[in-house]
Amino acid sequence: MHLILFLGFGAVCVAGAVNLLVQRHPINSALSLVVVMGALAGEYLLLGAEFLAAVQVIVYAGAIMVLFVFVIMLLNAGVEERTKGSRIALLFGVPGMLIGSVLVAWVLLTHSNTGEVAVGALPGPPKVIAQLLFHEFLLPFEVTSVLVLIAIMGAVVLASKPGPIPPGKKEE
Amino acid sequence: MVPLSYYLLLGGILFACGVTGFLIKRNIISIFLSIELMLNGVNLSFVAFAAQWHALSGQVFVFFVMVVAAAEATVGLAIIIAVFRTRETLNVDQVNLLKL
Repeated sequence: MHLILFLGFGAVCVAGAVNLLVQRHPINSALSLVVVMGALAGEYLLLGAEFLAAVQVIVYAGAIMVLFVFVIMLLNAGVEERTKGSRIALLFGVPGMLIGSVLVAWVLLTHSNTGEVAVGALPGPPKVIAQLLFHEFLLPFEVTSVLVLIAIMGAVVLASKPGPIPPGKKEE
Repeated sequence: MVPLSYYLLLGGILFACGVTGFLIKRNIISIFLSIELMLNGVNLSFVAFAAQWHALSGQVFVFFVMVVAAAEATVGLAIIIAVFRTRETLNVDQVNLLKL
């Protein structure tokens, strides 16, 4: 049953990832990435990481992808056009990915003495995660808050319109 | 029981798809989406290893990766907006100067 669920979610993941590559319009790519993230949340649930599954849906599939879709619509991004450089990239990129995937699969399947993962073996309730986060990882946690603050300020500075100062407002 | 290698395989496939998208896509937003796909593939490996070794720190690491990804997406999209404002294009082949 667990294997069937894993394979189902995994198939959705891979289908979404391939669709992301095939689609020419960025909005379709973004929506297929949402599908990938939703299916990954299912995989996390299978692994017993309930907190992460919730965060994946709320933060990744919710917040970050909404940001992407906003920007795509704001910039009115159209279908990407192909140039000579992109054809060369296609020529080398697709075989490169195939070779890389086969290599990784071969290594993993021949040296798979890593045991098995029991589904739901690792209890990942928010309480335990919070214990870790606010005791052992307190310093990194606080540093990320500074990081996010800097990111917000950077985004505002970068995306604000550089233009003449409107009349009636003096430069300080 | 699902073998650990299956999870790693899925993560690897997602990462490879992300690398390919990074290489073959020409729209700057699609390239950025491919980077997010790569991050997700790595996150899956993290969670699988955390479940394998019964180490909850792996899940905390995924949490931090998500926070950093959110910050990265914010700044990256702001840069994309700035690039579009000065160049009027999203095609990376036409963005070949650092100077304005």
